[in-house]
Amino acid sequence: MPKLYSGAEIVFKCLEDQNVSHIFGYPGGAVLPIYDELKNFNSIKHILVRHEQGAGHAAEGYARSTGKPGVLLVTSGPGATNAVTALTDAYMDSVPLVCITGQVPTHLIGTDAFQECDTTGITRPCTKHNWLVKDINDLAEVMHKAFEVATTGRPGPVLVDIPKDIQFQKSKYKNYKKNKKLNGKSHDNYSQKNIDELINLISKAKKPIFYTGGGVINSGTKASELLRELVYATGFPITSTLQGLGCFPADDNQFLGMLGMHGTYEANNAMYSCDLMINVGARFDDRITGKIDEFSPKSKKVHIDIDPSSINKNVKVDLAIVGDIKSVLTSTLKTLTKSKNNFSKSNKHQISNWWEQIQKWRSKRSLDYIGSEETIKPQYAIERLYELTKDKDTYITTEVGQHQMWAAQHYKFNKPNRWMTSGGLGTMGYGLPAAVGVQIAHPKKLVIDIAGEASVLMTMQEMSTAVQYNLPIKIFILNNEYMGMVRQWQELLHDKNYSESYTAALPDFVKMAEAYGCVGIRAKTPEELDDKIIEMLNTDRPVIFDCLVDKQENCFPMIPSGKPHNQMLLGPKDQKEKKITGKGRTLV
Amino acid sequence: MANSKSAYSFAGKKQKPDTHIIVVWVDNEAGVLARVVGLFSGRGYNIESLAVAEVDQKQNISRITIVTTGTPQVVDQIKLQLKKLVPVHKVADFKREDKNVIFKEMALFKFVANNGKLNKAFEACKNFNPVILDQTNKSNVIQITALRREIDTMSKNLKKFGLVSVSRTGAVAMTRGSEIFK
Repeated sequence: MPKLYSGAEIVFKCLEDQNVSHIFGYPGGAVLPIYDELKNFNSIKHILVRHEQGAGHAAEGYARSTGKPGVLLVTSGPGATNAVTALTDAYMDSVPLVCITGQVPTHLIGTDAFQECDTTGITRPCTKHNWLVKDINDLAEVMHKAFEVATTGRPGPVLVDIPKDIQFQKSKYKNYKKNKKLNGKSHDNYSQKNIDELINLISKAKKPIFYTGGGVINSGTKASELLRELVYATGFPITSTLQGLGCFPADDNQFLGMLGMHGTYEANNAMYSCDLMINVGARFDDRITGKIDEFSPKSKKVHIDIDPSSINKNVKVDLAIVGDIKSVLTSTLKTLTKSKNNFSKSNKHQISNWWEQIQKWRSKRSLDYIGSEETIKPQYAIERLYELTKDKDTYITTEVGQHQMWAAQHYKFNKPNRWMTSGGLGTMGYGLPAAVGVQIAHPKKLVIDIAGEASVLMTMQEMSTAVQYNLPIKIFILNNEYMGMVRQWQELLHDKNYSESYTAALPDFVKMAEAYGCVGIRAKTPEELDDKIIEMLNTDRPVIFDCLVDKQENCFPMIPSGKPHNQMLLGPKDQKEKKITGKGRTLV
Repeated sequence: MANSKSAYSFAGKKQKPDTHIIVVWVDNEAGVLARVVGLFSGRGYNIESLAVAEVDQKQNISRITIVTTGTPQVVDQIKLQLKKLVPVHKVADFKREDKNVIFKEMALFKFVANNGKLNKAFEACKNFNPVILDQTNKSNVIQITALRREIDTMSKNLKKFGLVSVSRTGAVAMTRGSEIFK
């Protein structure tokens, strides 16, 4: 007679077999049996957050910095609904999460019981898949399948809803054999012919560009190495989306910086004028394309992606290669070195005019800003932070807004999995809990949340989590007292009617830090900034750093809404001359 | 009618929308219809009609037939998005004009009228395999099978013969010949 396990035990046995070492969660009535079992599984450490959204973002930070799935455990009703923002965020940015929720006992489902909600109904559009487990004999298989769905193909969040009576019932436990294919869903769907075609396009191109995204990072660190090899082997310029930062070294000469709405002048103009665009793991998001009809009008477009539904969704492409980036890049490199050894040298002449043109765009120095002796410019703060931390293996998370774009522009990433930011959903309040998750995964590393004062207040309660687990995260707030990006758009589109974008009663962040039991530091002038940053770095405890910056600074360069790549605003002067009119005003 | 995905494509090149019949084989499990239908509503795709029932009791496979309208790009997206759903096994797509596919819809008409009109009503349905399912001296219920547009026209034209109630299924589809869709 095989041993029988309770539902709660089966949950942990599955987590053990999936090599889960940390779960982020918050207890409540409908998950108490699972929490009761926690004590019997020493290999799994539970991190108590202060709000279920925090659990979700922490799990995201954990997942994105390690490449492993993040796990969260929350109760029914409000526990589940609070996690919805984080699940949606993970869905948009393709982060593997497994969310376990408690549910009212099966006989109460549908009776509007206390803390009941239709969890699988609510989360259906924001997960890759979800399950309501109504039979204890299904639990183990569902749990293992949940991990498989979350981590295979294009990663994403999944949810397993477990009613309380199921957590008590007993069943046999069987480990899971991996299916060959999940319901016939295969992920590598390309042929050598596709690769040959790509090589052919590469060898003909006079104005090529690599446009890379988060897919490279999701494909694992090996994919980033292969990408570097391919970029060096071709000698082509490369630009990256917000999510792809770090898969190619930002200080390399072939890197043109980030592209898109707040991307560099050279990256966006190169995208507009190129004759061959090789999209590696990016999804032609509207922040990237700008006006779609005038998006890179003269180029042949190649799209390498693991998700077939990403192909031709927003932009029609000439060559689609559906597959895991790592395997596609391996084949491409193999074919390239076989057929065209020393390609970068032999091809140098063919793309030399293109590089000259790019240097001209580069000489505009579109990320430059007007410095100041009196007030700290936010860009300057990021630059100094970068200079003082670049020798350490630093992990950066951000909130959402101007500070996020400045961080993306001025902090240079050289490795994948070092940059965690909410790009797709744009969730204010993401960075602080994400930093908690990153620090849990990398206890000895430096973890900084580059924040805005408005965003960080949305999940500030997680400082308490950081203090409880001695996580020395650094919250670097660029404090301009405004919701900066909202203010910038109001300036651009609504005649400086700063409707509700000023926070009149901000807390004293230094005192707040002290109240939480961590360290508060404030920098007011450019002169003292370096010393204060060094003080922060030398503090082996959680720090809230209140950096008072220029209140009026706007984030440039910028492609205004509804405009193509070649019509960028480079600074305040452009902003006055090129007013946004017509339909561009209705876009977000 | 489904709009284009991105607000940025407002002045886009206009593709012509077509009517397509999408057939989806799914695991018959709780919530599967909501997943399929939710995908359509969430992404702004249109559903003209929907028919669903289990077709394989042993393997618990249901067959969902959806009539939708969209540009080629939108229809492609619909198929690709459907294929990503975990309980979906396969997806077939037919154009309505496709001669190799049979499309049928069933309708039940209830007439309340005198005998003369009831007879005329039955007469009017004779091209669509009419079956009288119920009859009294002042009413009857007629079942017809026809194409969607034919039923549209019929339900309009039969008003004058005392049509008081219409109930109809969504379209179902099957390929002609010995071929089956893999």
